[in-house]
Amino acid sequence: MNKELLKKSQSLIGLFILCLVISILSDKFLTGTNLWNVLRQISVNVCISVGMTLVILMAGIDLSVGSILAFSSVICAGLLKYGVALEPFGVHMGFTVLGAVLAALVVGTVFGLLNGWFITKFSVPPFVATLAMLTIARGATMLYSKGIPISNLGSSFEFIGSGWLLGIPVPVWISVIVVVLMIFITKKTSFGRHIYAIGGNEKAAFLSGINVNSVKLKVYGLAGTMAAIGGVLVTSRLNSAQPNAGMSYELDSIAAVVIGGTSLSGGVGSVTGTVIGAIIIGVLNNGLVLLNVSPFWQQVVKGLVILLAVIIDNANKKKD
Amino acid sequence: MLKAINISKQFPGVKALDNVCLDFHEGKVNAILGENGAGKSTLLKILSGVYTQFEGDIQLKGHSVWFGSVREAQDAGIAIIHQELNLIPHLSITENLFLGREISNDFGILNSSKMNEETKVVLKRLDLDISPNTLVNKLKIGEQQLVEIAKALLTNAEYIFMDEPTSALSDKEIDNLHRIIGNLKKENKTIVYISHKMDELFRIADYFTVLRDGCTISAGEMASSTEERLVRDMVGRDVNIMAKEGVFTSEEVILKLENLFLKHPTLKGQYLLSDISFELRKGEILGFFGLMGAGRTELLETIFGLNATKSTYTLSVEGEETLVKSPKDAINKGIAFVTEDRKKEGLVLGMDISENISLTQLAGFDLLNAVSESGIAKRFIKSLKIKTPSEKEKCQNLSGGNQQKVVLAKWMVTNPKILFLDEPTRGIDINAKKEIYDLIKEMAKTGLSVVLVSSEIPEILTLSDRILVMADGKINAEFSASEATEDLLLKAAI
Repeated sequence: MNKELLKKSQSLIGLFILCLVISILSDKFLTGTNLWNVLRQISVNVCISVGMTLVILMAGIDLSVGSILAFSSVICAGLLKYGVALEPFGVHMGFTVLGAVLAALVVGTVFGLLNGWFITKFSVPPFVATLAMLTIARGATMLYSKGIPISNLGSSFEFIGSGWLLGIPVPVWISVIVVVLMIFITKKTSFGRHIYAIGGNEKAAFLSGINVNSVKLKVYGLAGTMAAIGGVLVTSRLNSAQPNAGMSYELDSIAAVVIGGTSLSGGVGSVTGTVIGAIIIGVLNNGLVLLNVSPFWQQVVKGLVILLAVIIDNANKKKD
Repeated sequence: MLKAINISKQFPGVKALDNVCLDFHEGKVNAILGENGAGKSTLLKILSGVYTQFEGDIQLKGHSVWFGSVREAQDAGIAIIHQELNLIPHLSITENLFLGREISNDFGILNSSKMNEETKVVLKRLDLDISPNTLVNKLKIGEQQLVEIAKALLTNAEYIFMDEPTSALSDKEIDNLHRIIGNLKKENKTIVYISHKMDELFRIADYFTVLRDGCTISAGEMASSTEERLVRDMVGRDVNIMAKEGVFTSEEVILKLENLFLKHPTLKGQYLLSDISFELRKGEILGFFGLMGAGRTELLETIFGLNATKSTYTLSVEGEETLVKSPKDAINKGIAFVTEDRKKEGLVLGMDISENISLTQLAGFDLLNAVSESGIAKRFIKSLKIKTPSEKEKCQNLSGGNQQKVVLAKWMVTNPKILFLDEPTRGIDINAKKEIYDLIKEMAKTGLSVVLVSSEIPEILTLSDRILVMADGKINAEFSASEATEDLLLKAAI
């Protein structure tokens, strides 16, 4: 039992050591401002990675999250700033903050569902389907924004990304809610169990009467929703929608999932692990900045950490 | 000669082998018998260089040897043919045979003609009349097995280990394999033959060793032993499989299938199954016998909703005409399907027992209830005598018989009215087999209707109330339990 616990908390131990080392090397790390800053920064990656976890648990992959994030970001900003002109009726529809945010979430979900539709209906491999969506959604972003950032979105919208609530940054609240919800779904509902079963043995799951396609569709849809939440957070934090936002975010989120101990072949892993993985990446980024390490080296170090995490994980599995 | 002396192997929590001693007689067929979990595969893995950590001594021709890798064991002349064949489906026979030991010139350019020539020679030794360029996935299972043997011959193996070589073969293929083994004996090759099938062992084995719980129980010449003795040594007590008592009388039809046709997946205008109709009565055990490829599995799969777009038929359950388009529909109609391959189709091996059992139960966004889940699992562990430390044990750690019981439990929990069993006792030991037989009979008594597909005639004869024989996608004959005999079934199946 203790061994099991040790294995489960191994990434947590890694995180602890990382924090220890950085706080010894830099006195700026363990300050309230800095720590809140780190958490605020990682909240976007946490949201995306949690969605990615579900996909990868099901032995799938989603490369399109970064582009979906960008598209929902410009949709959110565009609706907020310009609204929609319904030409034939001569009506101009404005959007409240809530309306624009909901619209962004719907758009993200729809794009995610499209991924799922291609994968289930036409048997397109997830890698290919979401690779296609990566460029489609990016293209749609450029088309909608004409390649120009949409800025100055108003102070009430800024609150989502930059505000504080009960002494905690709002994005942190949002990611905590997302994480708790997803832990509940994966561990306590049939839907979550089905995700694990499909990743573990899709055929057995199907023969057990599980509607595999419907589960896949929902999971890819959810991954889209999570990317859109990330999009709203990014937009609000910058008070601007950047058409090239979210580039290579899919890689960061896959990294968080992998460092968190989820197997790319599906069936094994957890949302909690991913959150720790995302925090490790965030702290690492922050630490390297504080230590004045060149950004080019930061990328090398990040890659090495991913390798190290997987190697340790494999070594543990062999012992079983 | 090859000897294993006092071999012990410890796994965390289990002693898989405990001072096992074995002599492999040169130029003979040496049988290793034992229930699942007796330590046969562990021993095999030690002798073939898969496990390098163990206690004891392996002697080859009077010298102590130690194999640090599979390759070293191969070089010493030991070849293993595993139950699951290790061929690469999209490569040709030659490419498979020479995998890792390709013949090439100094620049690394392959010498295909030489490899093809050698392949032809070795195939001829095995009486296999196929082009060396044939892709392995175009071969029948029996032929693939011969390719594995060819691989062993090509490496000049002197000791050929076969792990349950006949579990997937038709009777004709088995006869052929046995003939080949006879030829290999004449070439003074030593065969080690692992099997559960008694009649087979008495036909071809010269010597036997029985393992139980990691210990050598008995060994000797096959001719001086009897089936009862071997079974008793394997199980540790006498096992009697009782014939089904009483004559089946119910008239209530629970499932009625009419005019089922299933299109061939690749050949246009051809049918895998044609014009199949049958009725299943309440509490009846209906046996389906046939050779490999007769279409029995496909029939069950089609009724279970797996071939909805390629098939036409009329199905009534309890007198009501129904459409089954997916496994989910089938389960809702009270049909349960214990599939042939428990590892690939039956279980999520990385999940634990309770999670696997509840898989058929959970729908939509239901909340999980860990307490009732493990309660249900505990109940089945007790009633099916599943050997496991707890209901939280992952299924990959269970033996074949216990895995099969988990699959049964997973379907029993759906309270089915109709149970499809596809080769329910393949590759599991005689003790678990008997328990599963008892269970099936018990369930039938309480009104469950069973469709039993099996390639083992004794199994069909012991359990069935009525037997349908299939060949080439059609139902060829029907027998009642009292009139069916081994000969009649075989004749109808060919």
